[in-house]
Amino acid sequence: MNNRHALELLKENGCTVDADIVHTPQSLVEETIKKAPSSFNLYTREADETHQVGGDNVIYNPGSAAIFFTDRETGLMRRANAQDFKELVRLTDALTHIHAQSTAMVPADVPDQISDLYRLYVILKNSSKPIVTGAFTKEGLTDMKNMLEAVAGDGLAEAPRAIFDCCPSSPLMWSDVTCQNLLDCVAYGVPAEIIPAPQMGATSPVTIAGTIVEANAEFLSGAVISQLAEPGSPVVYGGSPSVFDMRHCTARLGAVEAVMAACAFAEMGKHYGVPTHGYLGLSDSKTVDAQSSFESGMGILLAALARVNVVSGPGMQASENCQSLEKLVIDNELCGAAYRLIEGITVDEETLATEVISKVGPGGHFLAERHTRDHHMKERHMPGDVIDRLSPDAWTKAGSKDATRRAKEIADKTLLEHTPKPLPKDSEERLETVFKAILRRHGIRPSQLPKN
Amino acid sequence: MTEQILSDLREAILYFDPEEARTLAQKALDMGVDPVVALEEGLAKPLREIGDRFGTGEAFITELIAAAQAMEAGAEVLNQEITRRGATRKKVGTFLIGTVEGDIHSIGKNIVATMLSTAGFEVIDLGTDVPTQTFIENVKKHHPDILGLSALMTTTMTKQKEVIEALQAAGLRAGLKIIVGGAPVTEDWVNEIGADACGLDALNAVEASLRLMEGK
Repeated sequence: MNNRHALELLKENGCTVDADIVHTPQSLVEETIKKAPSSFNLYTREADETHQVGGDNVIYNPGSAAIFFTDRETGLMRRANAQDFKELVRLTDALTHIHAQSTAMVPADVPDQISDLYRLYVILKNSSKPIVTGAFTKEGLTDMKNMLEAVAGDGLAEAPRAIFDCCPSSPLMWSDVTCQNLLDCVAYGVPAEIIPAPQMGATSPVTIAGTIVEANAEFLSGAVISQLAEPGSPVVYGGSPSVFDMRHCTARLGAVEAVMAACAFAEMGKHYGVPTHGYLGLSDSKTVDAQSSFESGMGILLAALARVNVVSGPGMQASENCQSLEKLVIDNELCGAAYRLIEGITVDEETLATEVISKVGPGGHFLAERHTRDHHMKERHMPGDVIDRLSPDAWTKAGSKDATRRAKEIADKTLLEHTPKPLPKDSEERLETVFKAILRRHGIRPSQLPKN
Repeated sequence: MTEQILSDLREAILYFDPEEARTLAQKALDMGVDPVVALEEGLAKPLREIGDRFGTGEAFITELIAAAQAMEAGAEVLNQEITRRGATRKKVGTFLIGTVEGDIHSIGKNIVATMLSTAGFEVIDLGTDVPTQTFIENVKKHHPDILGLSALMTTTMTKQKEVIEALQAAGLRAGLKIIVGGAPVTEDWVNEIGADACGLDALNAVEASLRLMEGK
């Protein structure tokens, strides 16, 4: 434990502290974890819509935080910039099945000191969806809270617009910055996601069971800190497990064992009765291809079946290193299909349809039936145009485009046509005032920032 | 007899057995085998063999690290004798490595350090969260051929730049090769901060380091 405040807090409450190593009594863990709420509501920017984080609710948001971006012209990875991020935010705003934004990239053309809060600024100006984010420095979190407050007003704690990621470092460590971020979330009443990110075989045991044990200890240590600091603070049981590849020394987030581990973390979270999170729906492929859709599809569907409450992953490839708008468009469809999946099969008198079966009789058809019209849109998930449903002939005539090509066209068209709900004038003025004050403190002139 | 003990030593490395490597290293000394020969033929050679197999995909990183640890165990015994005799072991170069300040991630750095040892470098590992000043002090103290700066996060990557600037200010940059590594590091970043090379992965880091030594 590298954070002084947390060390003091833990010591005061009966933990054994030996220099920077903390041993927490089992009874203290069991008592404090009960105080964490089972769910909380996450609000849109103008608080006109809420999403429950907890229970069986599933919210997808783009995976974060990528330092690369797939260029739509070349199809190749390059460093992400502010314009790419703005496009991702506006596209996400338009996508039906992605219900939250995330600060999904680290733009290379923004000064490092304000990179974290610049991304929040871009989201607040370009989308009204709730936000999954995180700070890079201690001060960053307070600055970001102030920016959210500028838009949300005083009721931020009662109606949170954003969840903040606070990550322990596997194995079994808390860095000074991320632990302070957690403590500050608690102080401001902002929900925190505690996300262990073990690389199985390297920074956690190679066995999935052992990794669950280690990550659980990491989550619990954070949960204890938050509940000791303020009982009832909202904390989410998160996870970003990966398979450490022994051949290439890479972290595979698309591996089946990584997906299994992330879903198992969520089961542990449900055992403790807290909301859950997982990095699922990512791929290790460097381009949008069969592998990227196979791995992401597996993660997105299993996340839904495991009822992981916050699912961070769509759009992300190259493990956690690259965002792709084409992949985001395709993943959005996978999320739509996953939502349909967990709706299940409705079985009642009306859906069993015995009456209409008798009516149509042998050799007839159902197309003209009222029952078909009534139930068609209820029963079916209507896919977007990225999913090819054409006849072979029509597909050829339409240019023989594959899914990546169709996804690119949809991304381009959406960016051209979609107008996000504008930030109300008074909110915008307050946000600008707060943002400019932060820039001044860092000695950064607005002209040094990319045009927005 | 000498051939037999060298062969046994090699087997201890290939079977990742540090205890056996230590025992056999002592036995070799007792038998009067030249410690420099024992180190090179009995320990370094099999480790290089596993390193090569890792490079071609026939060995896993776990095996390479375990073999390196077995080698370290045997080398500890032999090095004491080498030092006592005032002899020297040939090495590719001296490599000072550490993860920059604010970053506590160690796994990438540790793998690179192991593989550099395998390739014949003497590696001095400063650990993680290393303040810029500590890098400066250790460059002064050890006069390394290459300095390796690791950073996992975009937020700590800027410290790599800070270290290079501080080395320049202290007049220590000339003659020192600097290699940077970590997930966010790119060729562009190397040019921007005035480093000499980057290790995009562990194998790449070793190859780049060997190239830097050739240029020295």
